[in-house]
Amino acid sequence: MPDPMKIRATQAGDSTEVRVLMSHEMETGQRKDPQGKTIPAWFIQNVTATYNDKVVMQAQWGTAIAKNPYLAFKFKGGAKGEKVQITWTDNHGEKRTDEATIA
Amino acid sequence: MLAEVDSREPAFEERENARHEFLIRAMNAATTASSAACLHVRHRARRLRPHRHCASLLASAFAAVASLALAQGSTVDEIAKYRDALAEGNPAELWEARGEALWKQPRGPKQVSFERCDLGLGAGVVHGAYAQLPRYFPDADRVQDLESRLVWCMVTQQGLNAADAVKTPFGDGSARRSELEALTAYVVAQSRGAKMNVPLDTPRIREMYALGEKMFYFRGGTHDFSCATCHSEEGKRIRLQDLPNLSTTAGAQKAYTTWPAYRVSQGELRTFEWRLNDCFRQQRFPELVYGSDTAIALTTYLAHNANGAEVQAPSIKR
Repeated sequence: MPDPMKIRATQAGDSTEVRVLMSHEMETGQRKDPQGKTIPAWFIQNVTATYNDKVVMQAQWGTAIAKNPYLAFKFKGGAKGEKVQITWTDNHGEKRTDEATIA
Repeated sequence: MLAEVDSREPAFEERENARHEFLIRAMNAATTASSAACLHVRHRARRLRPHRHCASLLASAFAAVASLALAQGSTVDEIAKYRDALAEGNPAELWEARGEALWKQPRGPKQVSFERCDLGLGAGVVHGAYAQLPRYFPDADRVQDLESRLVWCMVTQQGLNAADAVKTPFGDGSARRSELEALTAYVVAQSRGAKMNVPLDTPRIREMYALGEKMFYFRGGTHDFSCATCHSEEGKRIRLQDLPNLSTTAGAQKAYTTWPAYRVSQGELRTFEWRLNDCFRQQRFPELVYGSDTAIALTTYLAHNANGAEVQAPSIKR
Protein backbone atom coordinates (compact mmCIF):
# COMPACT_ATOMS: atom_id res chain seq x y z
CA MET A 1 0.00 0.00 0.00
CA PRO A 2 1.58 3.32 -1.03
CA ASP A 3 1.94 6.10 1.49
CA PRO A 4 -0.89 8.63 1.73
CA MET A 5 -0.74 11.94 -0.09
CA LYS A 6 -0.67 15.21 1.72
CA ILE A 7 -3.35 17.46 0.24
CA ARG A 8 -4.21 21.06 1.01
CA ALA A 9 -7.13 22.82 -0.66
CA THR A 10 -7.93 26.47 -0.05
CA GLN A 11 -10.70 28.56 -1.47
CA ALA A 12 -9.87 32.10 -2.55
CA GLY A 13 -12.06 34.35 -4.68
CA ASP A 14 -13.85 32.29 -7.30
CA SER A 15 -11.33 29.51 -7.42
CA THR A 16 -9.81 26.77 -5.28
CA GLU A 17 -6.11 26.15 -5.02
CA VAL A 18 -5.06 22.57 -4.44
CA ARG A 19 -1.56 21.58 -3.37
CA VAL A 20 -0.59 17.93 -3.29
CA LEU A 21 2.50 16.09 -2.11
CA MET A 22 2.79 12.50 -3.25
CA SER A 23 5.13 9.85 -1.98
CA HIS A 24 6.56 7.99 -4.95
CA GLU A 25 9.91 6.71 -6.19
CA MET A 26 9.48 8.11 -9.71
CA GLU A 27 12.26 5.88 -11.00
CA THR A 28 13.27 6.95 -14.50
CA GLY A 29 14.43 3.61 -15.87
CA GLN A 30 17.74 5.26 -16.82
CA ARG A 31 19.62 4.56 -13.62
CA LYS A 32 21.73 1.55 -12.79
CA ASP A 33 22.18 -0.16 -9.47
CA PRO A 34 25.62 -0.90 -7.97
CA GLN A 35 25.70 -4.22 -9.87
CA GLY A 36 25.23 -2.38 -13.16
CA LYS A 37 21.72 -3.63 -13.70
CA THR A 38 19.18 -1.12 -14.97
CA ILE A 39 16.63 -0.14 -12.35
CA PRO A 40 13.27 -0.53 -14.06
CA ALA A 41 11.13 2.54 -14.59
CA TRP A 42 8.47 3.10 -11.98
CA PHE A 43 6.52 6.29 -12.10
CA ILE A 44 3.11 7.88 -11.75
CA GLN A 45 1.36 7.94 -15.12
CA ASN A 46 -2.00 9.47 -14.43
CA VAL A 47 -3.23 11.99 -11.92
CA THR A 48 -6.89 12.88 -11.66
CA ALA A 49 -8.57 15.42 -9.42
CA THR A 50 -12.30 15.35 -8.89
CA TYR A 51 -14.64 17.73 -7.15
CA ASN A 52 -18.26 16.64 -6.64
CA ASP A 53 -17.68 13.63 -8.92
CA LYS A 54 -16.58 15.96 -11.70
CA VAL A 55 -13.05 15.75 -13.04
CA VAL A 56 -11.43 19.16 -12.60
CA MET A 57 -7.87 18.26 -13.50
CA GLN A 58 -6.19 15.44 -15.31
CA ALA A 59 -2.50 14.95 -15.91
CA GLN A 60 -0.39 12.40 -17.74
CA TRP A 61 3.05 12.19 -16.26
CA GLY A 62 6.33 10.72 -17.40
CA THR A 63 9.72 10.03 -15.94
CA ALA A 64 10.77 13.70 -15.91
CA ILE A 65 8.76 14.36 -12.75
CA ALA A 66 10.85 14.41 -9.59
CA LYS A 67 10.73 11.88 -6.79
CA ASN A 68 8.07 12.62 -4.14
CA PRO A 69 6.24 14.95 -6.56
CA TYR A 70 4.59 18.21 -5.60
CA LEU A 71 1.62 19.37 -7.65
CA ALA A 72 -0.28 22.64 -7.32
CA PHE A 73 -3.24 23.68 -9.44
CA LYS A 74 -6.34 25.85 -9.34
CA PHE A 75 -9.83 25.20 -10.53
CA LYS A 76 -12.81 27.49 -10.84
CA GLY A 77 -15.48 27.11 -8.22
CA GLY A 78 -15.27 24.93 -5.16
CA ALA A 79 -16.87 25.65 -1.82
CA LYS A 80 -15.48 25.53 1.69
CA GLY A 81 -16.23 22.30 3.50
CA GLU A 82 -16.56 20.33 0.27
CA LYS A 83 -14.10 17.66 -0.69
CA VAL A 84 -11.48 17.34 -3.40
CA GLN A 85 -10.30 13.89 -4.39
CA ILE A 86 -6.96 13.08 -5.95
CA THR A 87 -6.05 9.77 -7.53
CA TRP A 88 -2.79 8.66 -9.03
CA THR A 89 -2.01 5.50 -10.96
CA ASP A 90 1.54 4.36 -11.69
CA ASN A 91 2.97 2.15 -14.43
CA HIS A 92 2.84 -0.87 -12.10
CA GLY A 93 -0.91 -0.39 -11.92
CA GLU A 94 -0.71 0.71 -8.34
CA LYS A 95 -3.22 3.29 -7.27
CA ARG A 96 -3.78 5.68 -4.45
CA THR A 97 -6.73 7.96 -3.71
CA ASP A 98 -6.88 10.59 -1.01
CA GLU A 99 -9.18 13.45 -0.30
CA ALA A 100 -9.07 16.76 1.49
CA THR A 101 -11.65 19.22 2.69
CA ILE A 102 -11.52 22.67 1.15
CA ALA A 103 -10.64 25.30 3.72
CA MET B 1 60.91 30.03 1.25
CA LEU B 2 59.07 26.90 2.08
CA ALA B 3 59.76 26.96 5.77
CA GLU B 4 56.65 25.02 6.65
CA VAL B 5 57.20 21.48 5.50
CA ASP B 6 54.49 19.12 6.52
CA SER B 7 54.38 15.38 6.80
CA ARG B 8 53.27 14.70 3.25
CA GLU B 9 55.42 12.36 1.24
CA PRO B 10 58.61 13.96 -0.11
CA ALA B 11 57.81 13.30 -3.75
CA PHE B 12 54.65 15.32 -3.48
CA GLU B 13 56.44 18.06 -1.59
CA GLU B 14 59.13 18.22 -4.26
CA ARG B 15 56.63 18.41 -7.04
CA GLU B 16 54.80 21.19 -5.27
CA ASN B 17 58.04 23.06 -4.68
CA ALA B 18 58.99 22.77 -8.31
CA ARG B 19 55.65 24.08 -9.33
CA HIS B 20 55.83 27.00 -6.94
CA GLU B 21 59.34 27.85 -8.12
CA PHE B 22 58.20 27.70 -11.69
CA LEU B 23 55.25 29.96 -11.06
CA ILE B 24 57.36 32.50 -9.24
CA ARG B 25 60.03 32.52 -11.96
CA ALA B 26 57.34 32.99 -14.54
CA MET B 27 55.91 35.84 -12.58
CA ASN B 28 59.24 37.57 -12.16
CA ALA B 29 59.91 37.26 -15.86
CA ALA B 30 56.68 38.92 -16.79
CA THR B 31 57.40 42.62 -16.52
CA THR B 32 53.75 43.42 -16.90
CA ALA B 33 52.40 40.60 -14.81
CA SER B 34 48.68 40.89 -14.68
CA SER B 35 46.96 41.00 -11.34
CA ALA B 36 45.19 37.79 -12.24
CA ALA B 37 48.45 35.92 -12.66
CA CYS B 38 49.69 37.27 -9.36
CA LEU B 39 46.52 36.16 -7.67
CA HIS B 40 46.91 32.75 -9.19
CA VAL B 41 50.39 32.34 -7.78
CA ARG B 42 49.33 33.45 -4.38
CA HIS B 43 46.54 31.01 -4.41
CA ARG B 44 48.60 28.07 -5.56
CA ALA B 45 51.51 28.81 -3.24
CA ARG B 46 49.45 29.64 -0.23
CA ARG B 47 52.29 28.78 2.10
CA LEU B 48 54.58 31.44 0.64
CA ARG B 49 54.74 34.93 1.91
CA PRO B 50 53.40 37.46 -0.64
CA HIS B 51 56.11 37.93 -3.18
CA ARG B 52 57.76 41.33 -3.47
CA HIS B 53 56.66 41.81 -7.05
CA CYS B 54 53.28 40.75 -6.05
CA ALA B 55 52.82 43.38 -3.38
CA SER B 56 52.69 46.25 -5.85
CA LEU B 57 49.94 44.46 -7.65
CA LEU B 58 47.88 43.79 -4.58
CA ALA B 59 45.67 46.83 -5.10
CA SER B 60 44.51 45.65 -8.48
CA ALA B 61 44.25 42.13 -7.13
CA PHE B 62 41.81 43.38 -4.52
CA ALA B 63 39.69 44.86 -7.29
CA ALA B 64 39.64 41.49 -9.00
CA VAL B 65 38.66 39.77 -5.76
CA ALA B 66 35.87 42.27 -5.22
CA SER B 67 34.38 41.63 -8.65
CA LEU B 68 34.70 37.89 -8.05
CA ALA B 69 32.78 38.29 -4.81
CA LEU B 70 30.06 40.17 -6.69
CA ALA B 71 29.75 37.42 -9.27
CA GLN B 72 29.55 34.90 -6.45
CA GLY B 73 26.86 36.99 -4.77
CA SER B 74 24.57 36.71 -7.76
CA THR B 75 25.08 32.93 -7.87
CA VAL B 76 24.19 32.75 -4.20
CA ASP B 77 21.07 34.85 -4.89
CA GLU B 78 20.00 32.52 -7.65
CA ILE B 79 20.50 29.51 -5.40
CA ALA B 80 18.42 31.25 -2.73
CA LYS B 81 15.62 31.68 -5.28
CA TYR B 82 15.87 28.02 -6.21
CA ARG B 83 15.63 27.09 -2.53
CA ASP B 84 12.55 29.28 -2.07
CA ALA B 85 10.92 27.59 -5.03
CA LEU B 86 11.70 24.20 -3.50
CA ALA B 87 10.45 25.16 -0.05
CA GLU B 88 6.89 25.22 -1.30
CA GLY B 89 5.73 21.66 -1.20
CA ASN B 90 8.54 20.31 0.94
CA PRO B 91 8.35 16.49 0.86
CA ALA B 92 9.56 16.50 4.49
CA GLU B 93 5.83 16.65 5.26
CA LEU B 94 5.54 13.07 4.05
CA TRP B 95 8.06 12.04 6.73
CA GLU B 96 6.25 14.15 9.33
CA ALA B 97 3.01 12.35 8.52
CA ARG B 98 4.68 8.96 8.73
CA GLY B 99 6.36 9.96 12.00
CA GLU B 100 3.07 11.09 13.51
CA ALA B 101 1.50 7.71 12.78
CA LEU B 102 4.52 5.96 14.33
CA TRP B 103 4.40 8.23 17.37
CA LYS B 104 0.80 7.31 18.12
CA GLN B 105 0.99 3.62 17.30
CA PRO B 106 1.53 1.05 20.10
CA ARG B 107 4.85 -0.59 19.29
CA GLY B 108 7.38 -3.13 20.44
CA PRO B 109 6.93 -6.20 22.65
CA LYS B 110 5.29 -4.08 25.33
CA GLN B 111 2.85 -2.47 22.88
CA VAL B 112 3.46 1.02 24.17
CA SER B 113 3.26 4.14 22.03
CA PHE B 114 5.56 7.15 22.22
CA GLU B 115 2.81 9.02 24.01
CA ARG B 116 4.49 7.79 27.21
CA CYS B 117 7.87 9.07 26.06
CA ASP B 118 9.10 12.12 27.96
CA LEU B 119 11.15 14.45 25.78
CA GLY B 120 11.79 16.77 28.68
CA LEU B 121 8.45 18.56 28.90
CA GLY B 122 6.42 15.66 30.25
CA ALA B 123 5.24 12.32 28.89
CA GLY B 124 4.05 12.60 25.31
CA VAL B 125 4.54 16.38 25.07
CA VAL B 126 6.08 17.12 21.70
CA HIS B 127 5.13 20.74 21.21
CA GLY B 128 8.28 22.82 21.63
CA ALA B 129 10.27 19.88 22.97
CA TYR B 130 12.91 19.86 20.26
CA ALA B 131 13.87 23.48 20.92
CA GLN B 132 15.01 22.46 24.41
CA LEU B 133 17.09 19.44 23.47
CA PRO B 134 19.68 18.10 24.21
CA ARG B 135 19.16 18.08 27.96
CA TYR B 136 20.12 15.98 30.95
CA PHE B 137 17.59 13.25 31.71
CA PRO B 138 17.82 11.94 35.27
CA ASP B 139 15.87 8.76 34.37
CA ALA B 140 18.51 7.80 31.83
CA ASP B 141 21.30 9.49 33.82
CA ARG B 142 22.60 10.89 30.57
CA VAL B 143 22.50 13.97 28.37
CA GLN B 144 20.45 13.02 25.34
CA ASP B 145 19.55 14.61 22.05
CA LEU B 146 16.21 13.94 20.39
CA GLU B 147 17.36 10.89 18.49
CA SER B 148 19.07 9.15 21.39
CA ARG B 149 16.05 9.95 23.55
CA LEU B 150 13.74 8.30 21.03
CA VAL B 151 15.97 5.23 21.06
CA TRP B 152 15.93 5.24 24.87
CA CYS B 153 12.10 5.29 24.85
CA MET B 154 12.02 2.46 22.31
CA VAL B 155 14.28 0.32 24.49
CA THR B 156 13.06 1.07 28.00
CA GLN B 157 9.38 1.71 27.38
CA GLN B 158 8.51 -0.26 24.27
CA GLY B 159 10.81 -3.16 25.11
CA LEU B 160 12.75 -3.15 21.87
CA ASN B 161 16.18 -4.67 21.78
CA ALA B 162 18.83 -1.91 21.73
CA ALA B 163 20.46 -3.25 18.58
CA ASP B 164 17.13 -3.45 16.74
CA ALA B 165 16.18 0.08 17.74
CA VAL B 166 19.21 1.57 15.99
CA LYS B 167 19.38 -0.90 13.13
CA THR B 168 18.31 1.68 10.54
CA PRO B 169 19.19 5.15 11.76
CA PHE B 170 19.27 6.50 8.21
CA GLY B 171 17.20 5.53 5.20
CA ASP B 172 18.53 5.23 1.66
CA GLY B 173 15.83 7.32 0.02
CA SER B 174 13.83 4.34 -1.23
CA ALA B 175 13.26 0.82 0.04
CA ARG B 176 15.30 1.05 3.24
CA ARG B 177 13.35 3.43 5.40
CA SER B 178 14.21 4.74 8.81
CA GLU B 179 11.57 5.07 11.48
CA LEU B 180 13.92 7.30 13.45
CA GLU B 181 14.06 9.80 10.61
CA ALA B 182 10.28 9.92 10.37
CA LEU B 183 9.84 10.25 14.14
CA THR B 184 12.47 12.99 14.28
CA ALA B 185 10.75 14.86 11.45
CA TYR B 186 7.44 14.72 13.29
CA VAL B 187 8.80 15.85 16.66
CA VAL B 188 10.92 18.65 15.19
CA ALA B 189 7.98 19.94 13.16
CA GLN B 190 6.08 20.46 16.44
CA SER B 191 8.74 22.97 17.46
CA ARG B 192 8.60 25.01 14.27
CA GLY B 193 8.74 28.67 15.29
CA ALA B 194 9.84 27.89 18.85
CA LYS B 195 13.03 29.58 20.01
CA MET B 196 16.06 27.42 20.71
CA ASN B 197 16.56 27.27 24.44
CA VAL B 198 19.25 24.89 25.64
CA PRO B 199 20.60 26.25 28.94
CA LEU B 200 23.76 24.84 30.47
CA ASP B 201 21.99 24.40 33.77
CA THR B 202 23.37 21.11 35.03
CA PRO B 203 26.97 19.99 35.51
CA ARG B 204 26.38 17.10 33.13
CA ILE B 205 25.24 19.29 30.24
CA ARG B 206 28.11 21.70 30.88
CA GLU B 207 30.44 18.75 30.63
CA MET B 208 28.80 17.71 27.34
CA TYR B 209 29.07 21.22 25.96
CA ALA B 210 32.76 21.41 26.83
CA LEU B 211 33.33 18.03 25.21
CA GLY B 212 31.45 19.19 22.11
CA GLU B 213 33.56 22.32 21.86
CA LYS B 214 36.71 20.26 22.19
CA MET B 215 35.48 17.89 19.48
CA PHE B 216 34.68 20.81 17.19
CA TYR B 217 38.29 21.96 17.25
CA PHE B 218 39.87 18.51 17.49
CA ARG B 219 42.10 17.81 14.51
CA GLY B 220 42.65 14.26 13.42
CA GLY B 221 42.22 11.61 10.77
CA THR B 222 44.24 11.05 7.63
CA HIS B 223 43.57 14.62 6.48
CA ASP B 224 44.27 16.29 9.83
CA PHE B 225 40.83 17.87 9.75
CA SER B 226 38.64 19.31 12.43
CA CYS B 227 35.07 20.54 12.14
CA ALA B 228 36.58 24.01 12.46
CA THR B 229 38.71 23.50 9.35
CA CYS B 230 35.63 24.05 7.21
CA HIS B 231 33.27 25.71 9.66
CA SER B 232 35.11 28.53 11.39
CA GLU B 233 35.59 31.04 8.58
CA GLU B 234 33.16 33.18 6.64
CA GLY B 235 32.56 32.63 2.96
CA LYS B 236 33.82 29.08 2.59
CA ARG B 237 32.03 26.65 0.38
CA ILE B 238 32.19 23.17 -1.08
CA ARG B 239 31.31 23.49 -4.75
CA LEU B 240 28.18 25.68 -4.60
CA GLN B 241 27.21 24.91 -1.03
CA ASP B 242 28.00 27.67 1.41
CA LEU B 243 29.56 26.36 4.57
CA PRO B 244 28.16 27.95 7.69
CA ASN B 245 30.65 29.50 10.09
CA LEU B 246 29.63 27.56 13.17
CA SER B 247 31.99 29.42 15.46
CA THR B 248 29.69 32.46 15.32
CA THR B 249 26.24 32.67 16.89
CA ALA B 250 24.58 33.66 13.61
CA GLY B 251 26.23 30.79 11.76
CA ALA B 252 25.32 28.20 14.38
CA GLN B 253 21.76 29.50 14.53
CA LYS B 254 21.25 29.36 10.79
CA ALA B 255 22.74 25.91 10.45
CA TYR B 256 21.32 24.18 13.50
CA THR B 257 17.74 25.41 13.11
CA THR B 258 17.45 24.18 9.51
CA TRP B 259 18.11 20.52 10.31
CA PRO B 260 16.50 18.03 9.83
CA ALA B 261 15.98 18.71 6.16
CA TYR B 262 14.68 16.96 3.09
CA ARG B 263 17.65 16.54 0.77
CA VAL B 264 16.40 16.79 -2.80
CA SER B 265 19.54 15.14 -4.18
CA GLN B 266 19.01 12.12 -1.95
CA GLY B 267 15.22 12.02 -1.90
CA GLU B 268 15.50 11.51 1.83
CA LEU B 269 14.87 13.37 5.04
CA ARG B 270 18.14 13.81 6.89
CA THR B 271 18.51 14.38 10.61
CA PHE B 272 21.18 16.27 12.51
CA GLU B 273 22.89 13.03 13.51
CA TRP B 274 23.11 12.17 9.83
CA ARG B 275 24.72 15.54 9.16
CA LEU B 276 27.34 14.89 11.84
CA ASN B 277 27.84 11.35 10.62
CA ASP B 278 28.44 12.52 7.07
CA CYS B 279 30.78 15.31 8.21
CA PHE B 280 32.84 12.65 9.99
CA ARG B 281 32.94 10.62 6.80
CA GLN B 282 34.06 13.66 4.83
CA GLN B 283 36.78 14.34 7.40
CA ARG B 284 37.93 10.69 7.15
CA PHE B 285 37.23 10.28 10.86
CA PRO B 286 36.23 6.92 12.32
CA GLU B 287 32.51 6.30 11.88
CA LEU B 288 30.42 8.28 14.31
CA VAL B 289 28.33 5.89 16.39
CA TYR B 290 24.65 6.78 16.33
CA GLY B 291 23.56 8.21 19.66
CA SER B 292 27.10 8.20 21.04
CA ASP B 293 28.37 10.77 23.51
CA THR B 294 30.50 12.33 20.76
CA ALA B 295 27.42 12.90 18.60
CA ILE B 296 25.43 14.24 21.53
CA ALA B 297 28.31 16.47 22.68
CA LEU B 298 28.63 18.10 19.25
CA THR B 299 24.85 18.49 19.08
CA THR B 300 24.83 20.09 22.53
CA TYR B 301 27.61 22.47 21.54
CA LEU B 302 25.78 23.63 18.42
CA ALA B 303 22.30 23.63 19.94
CA HIS B 304 23.42 25.84 22.82
CA ASN B 305 25.23 28.17 20.42
CA ALA B 306 22.01 28.42 18.39
CA ASN B 307 20.01 29.60 21.42
CA GLY B 308 17.51 32.34 20.64
CA ALA B 309 16.89 31.37 17.01
CA GLU B 310 13.60 29.97 15.78
CA VAL B 311 13.43 26.36 14.70
CA GLN B 312 12.72 26.31 10.96
CA ALA B 313 12.99 22.61 10.43
CA PRO B 314 12.23 20.26 8.81
CA SER B 315 13.49 22.39 5.97
CA ILE B 316 14.53 21.58 2.45
CA LYS B 317 18.04 21.52 1.13
CA ARG B 318 19.56 20.79 -2.22
